[in-house]
Amino acid sequence: MQLQQMYQEIILDHYKNPHGRGLRDPYDAESFQVNPTCGDEVTLRVHVVDDVVKDVSYDGQGCSISQASTSVLTDLVVGKPVGEAFEKLDAFVELMQGRGQVEPDEDVLEDGIAFAGVAKYPARVKCALLGWMAFKDAVARSQGAA
Amino acid sequence: MTTTAAPLDVTALRADFPILSRTVRDGKRLVYLDSGATSQRPTQVLDAERAFLEQHNAAVHRGAHQLAEEATDAYEGARQRIADFVGAEFGELVFTKNATEGFNLVAYAMGNAATSGPEAERFRIGPGDEIVVTEMEHHANLVPWQQLAQRTGATLKWFRLTGDGRLDLSDVDSVITPRAKVVAFTHQSNVTGVINPVDVLVAAAKKAGALTVLDACQSVPHGPVDFHALDVDFASFSGHKMLGPSGIGVLYGRRELLEALPPFITGGSMIELVKMEGSTFAPPPQRFEAGSPMTSQAVGLGAAVDYLSVVGMERVHAHEHLLTVAALEGLSGVKGVRLIGPEDAVSRGGAVPFEIEGVHPHDAGQVLDSLGIAVRVGHHCAWPLHRCLNAQSSVRATFYLYNTLDEVDALVEGVREAQKFFGVA
Repeated sequence: MQLQQMYQEIILDHYKNPHGRGLRDPYDAESFQVNPTCGDEVTLRVHVVDDVVKDVSYDGQGCSISQASTSVLTDLVVGKPVGEAFEKLDAFVELMQGRGQVEPDEDVLEDGIAFAGVAKYPARVKCALLGWMAFKDAVARSQGAA
Repeated sequence: MTTTAAPLDVTALRADFPILSRTVRDGKRLVYLDSGATSQRPTQVLDAERAFLEQHNAAVHRGAHQLAEEATDAYEGARQRIADFVGAEFGELVFTKNATEGFNLVAYAMGNAATSGPEAERFRIGPGDEIVVTEMEHHANLVPWQQLAQRTGATLKWFRLTGDGRLDLSDVDSVITPRAKVVAFTHQSNVTGVINPVDVLVAAAKKAGALTVLDACQSVPHGPVDFHALDVDFASFSGHKMLGPSGIGVLYGRRELLEALPPFITGGSMIELVKMEGSTFAPPPQRFEAGSPMTSQAVGLGAAVDYLSVVGMERVHAHEHLLTVAALEGLSGVKGVRLIGPEDAVSRGGAVPFEIEGVHPHDAGQVLDSLGIAVRVGHHCAWPLHRCLNAQSSVRATFYLYNTLDEVDALVEGVREAQKFFGVA
């Protein structure tokens, strides 16, 4: 069944037990992103110390895809230098915009590779990228403020 | 509502819609429950467009050759038939790109009245004036009015909703006061299918001396509508929601109002006399149809109206009522489903929005899609309505003349599948 290809166990696990959820202090910048077609939204904070992502915290409402991808994001980027976090961001964006044609690198994206099936559904790509775009924006804001 | 007309022969009728017999997602039978977003087109409409393009295509209202004459006749003939269909006169219908453009046309023309002649006096709007809308509106009949208020300094006011999603009309006179210049509201909600009491709002607007603008996008396709009988000043609806082509909408305006209304989009075709110092404008409807108009789309919409007229709008309405009752009954029998809006089918068209506890609408839509069932998920361009009804978003099934009770059953079964898939049943 196609549905299982899209909703991998990993995605459903992250959806039911999200990692890093909740808004926390301290933080350097916050980003609010909304998907105007469905009203899904996320507020995401980043805390960056010495160019390392110390914490990512978030709150929001959304579908399983957007919630799970934000949960995976926190696993991938917290504790990493900003440069490495952005490499993962670029890899995830490339995967999601690849219409299912991009072979993901598990070493880079870890649980993020589970979203390869989502990339075949153009209507859901925005869902998967919602938290990631908030992360990108929040980091940019934190650097602008520094 | 009750009707004495014979029920629709849906099986025969479905044969007119080629797309309904295709399969989706690995051979699943298509169950199309998204006509509120866009309807499907019968071969009669497709054939009419093709015949026009193969036999009569030319620019309308220009040129003296035979094709130009035939194209103009086809275009204006469609206008006449559409006018007859909605209880209007020929000169009271303006072709627009879509219904959204119709609302913008009225809003911008009112803004332009400030710098127009004395005949446009009644449309002038500024600080101290009020624009009244409702929380039920599609963004198309909300955002243009917010913008008009912003540009002119007028105040935007709105009717709130009751808990079950109907207009709260408990204190009409405090919302529509003598300061109101325009009252814009929907005939039938695109989310809940709620049919509003046009007579109550028109009476209050008249008392206040305000113009009325009706969103008829969801009413004209689904039941008998007579703009003269409704006594509204303006109304807008779209072609693609009523078996017609996309790229065409219709704005209705009472003749005397259209004659006094300044133009919105200007340019070719809408002028009377052009000099370097300035121009004068053609009478309506041409004044509001600047540039090359859509032609095969108008012809196609004319054919859609012919099709619906043969079927009979009373019968269309009655059929959709039947489906709505069945859907409400079926969905309310599923534990964990919350119907949004009224739980009954009184004064309501064929739209049923709902939430499934523990399953986000987007995910529910994905499961339904995997079963071949096409519904709309999200806020359906009615964000304020969702906020009022405590829903972040919803799943919406909408029905049309070609839908069947079997398809309603498939929807209900699909909802159970979604619950199973996400482990909430």
